[in-house]
Amino acid sequence: MTAKREALTAFSDVFTVFSMVLMAAIGFVIMIGAKDPAFAFHGFLFLAGGIAGGIFVLSHSFGKGDWHGSADEYLDGPSKVATLMAVFWGIAGFLVGLVLALQLAFPMLNFDLPWISFGRLRPLHTSAVIFAFGGNVLLATSFYVVQRTCHTRIAGRWAPWFVVLAFQLFIAIAGTGYLLGITQGKEYAEPEWYADLFLTVIWVVYLLVFLGTLIKRKEPHIYVANWFYLAFIVTVAMLHLVNNAPIPVSFLAPKSYIVYSGVQDAMTQWWYGHNAVGFFLTAGFLGIMYYFVPKRAERPVYSYRLSIVHFWTLIFLYIWAGPHHLHYTALPDWAQTLGMTFSIMLWMPSWGGMINGLMTLSGAWDKLRTDPVIRLLVVSVAFYGMSTFEGPVMSIKAVNSLSHYTDWTIGHVHSGALGWVAMVSFGAIYCLVPWLWGRRGLYSMRLVEWHFWLSTLGILLYITAMWVSGITQGLMWRAYDKLGFLQYSFIETVEAMKPYYMIRAVGGLLFLLGALIMAYNIWRTVRGDESADIAEQPKIAAAPGLRLSPAE
Amino acid sequence: MTYDVIATFSQVTSLLMFVAMFLGVLVYALWPSNGQRFEVVQRQALDLDKSELRIRGRK
Repeated sequence: MTAKREALTAFSDVFTVFSMVLMAAIGFVIMIGAKDPAFAFHGFLFLAGGIAGGIFVLSHSFGKGDWHGSADEYLDGPSKVATLMAVFWGIAGFLVGLVLALQLAFPMLNFDLPWISFGRLRPLHTSAVIFAFGGNVLLATSFYVVQRTCHTRIAGRWAPWFVVLAFQLFIAIAGTGYLLGITQGKEYAEPEWYADLFLTVIWVVYLLVFLGTLIKRKEPHIYVANWFYLAFIVTVAMLHLVNNAPIPVSFLAPKSYIVYSGVQDAMTQWWYGHNAVGFFLTAGFLGIMYYFVPKRAERPVYSYRLSIVHFWTLIFLYIWAGPHHLHYTALPDWAQTLGMTFSIMLWMPSWGGMINGLMTLSGAWDKLRTDPVIRLLVVSVAFYGMSTFEGPVMSIKAVNSLSHYTDWTIGHVHSGALGWVAMVSFGAIYCLVPWLWGRRGLYSMRLVEWHFWLSTLGILLYITAMWVSGITQGLMWRAYDKLGFLQYSFIETVEAMKPYYMIRAVGGLLFLLGALIMAYNIWRTVRGDESADIAEQPKIAAAPGLRLSPAE
Repeated sequence: MTYDVIATFSQVTSLLMFVAMFLGVLVYALWPSNGQRFEVVQRQALDLDKSELRIRGRK
């Protein structure tokens, strides 16, 4: 180790310990000063996180170089943590989703307790699946992929660890806040100002780690998956900062007021909301598709040229589509039409990307039959194509007048979230676990088969029930009798939904069961249990060093 | 200068700018000599031709 390098690591250790002390101090002040007990509890979480982080850094610093590994090794610890946390939060999020589905079918299941009422559990579900499950999958895969495609170790000594571990603390603070009644009431942006500030710090460090790795790359070309990851990180930073511009009532109170008012607030919110779909749930996961599909299929992307056009058109068009959430509202008509037009134009890049992903399998379609992991990845891309076809249709004003505020929207969101985001995540997790932990394959391919079919069946039950329910609901709302009165009272439309709500809950249960099977399979793989069907697994299922066939 | 003039100017300018950017992307992606290069670099980035063991150049 050169003297300069030694000085740098010492600085990094000291700086990280100092940051942890600062975080603990802020947490302590909140804990002591806040009148709101829920906010004081969050102060305690910051304090505990700062102390735990500080002790961890101190006990792994100052000459203890071995634990960090050497500069010529990839750093996979943060990816491992994020992979396991993704499985954990995924199951938590799916479980809360199932509880919500059952509450809608059987309202007495909220037991008249404020903490588990629908209004508090619903943001817990959406945040747990989007940000906690999806976010951890993105962290795990982006750190893995950027190192492999740049052929260099990730930038930073503590920074990648901070990003992953602090993100878990952010999730805990946001999630417990919802249950205790702390929310700023903006959909998908519910965390209050102090949690937002904490996430801003995490996200800036994430961006620096990712950019730093790209800058020190050994591979001259920046592979397309990294472009998608970078677009996701940069855009989410921008969305988060603009949409979360509140003024706190006091620095010792959780409540804040947003600086925008009226329709400007609504427009900012849905510019944020739709781009959370476009950049968090699409661009980031397209990064996953562009690495894991070709890697698992062991063949290059169908058309690299198409992937470049796909990237630039997707990011240019998505950012304008938000106003389609505000059709027939106080938003100016031209803005609504703009949102609709850009949503329709999005068909082109979306389908370009879908075709590129699917056709990567051309000449190797037999893998769909033999490798359930490839099947998860490919079916996810098919669902991506389906939901990005449905979305533009629903953005057309005439269709939206029927679909808006109905269960059709819920069905659409879940065909994208379960079919595309979760399925591509499952595929990536099944690839990653043996690769990260140095195993010859997964514990059981048969369990992956079970997971695949349970999820697919669950999704189909879910979205078909919501289509029927949504269209029924929309038609009942707009039905008039011959005297011009509304034909149905609202409660009659609610009653008509009940069978579909029950079918939806069954779909959610199947999806949850699949995820539990995955957790078991991953636990056994991580433990190192050798599987019975290792001979049936493709060579690529093994970690890089274990892929050599006997002839080599 | 009225609001309408400024609005029209900015809208037309940005429209032309976006079209130019899109054309730039198309030219870059479809440039004949780039096709071969893309195939080589993506195989390298994905390590499709060998099994990745360590960071390049070290082992």
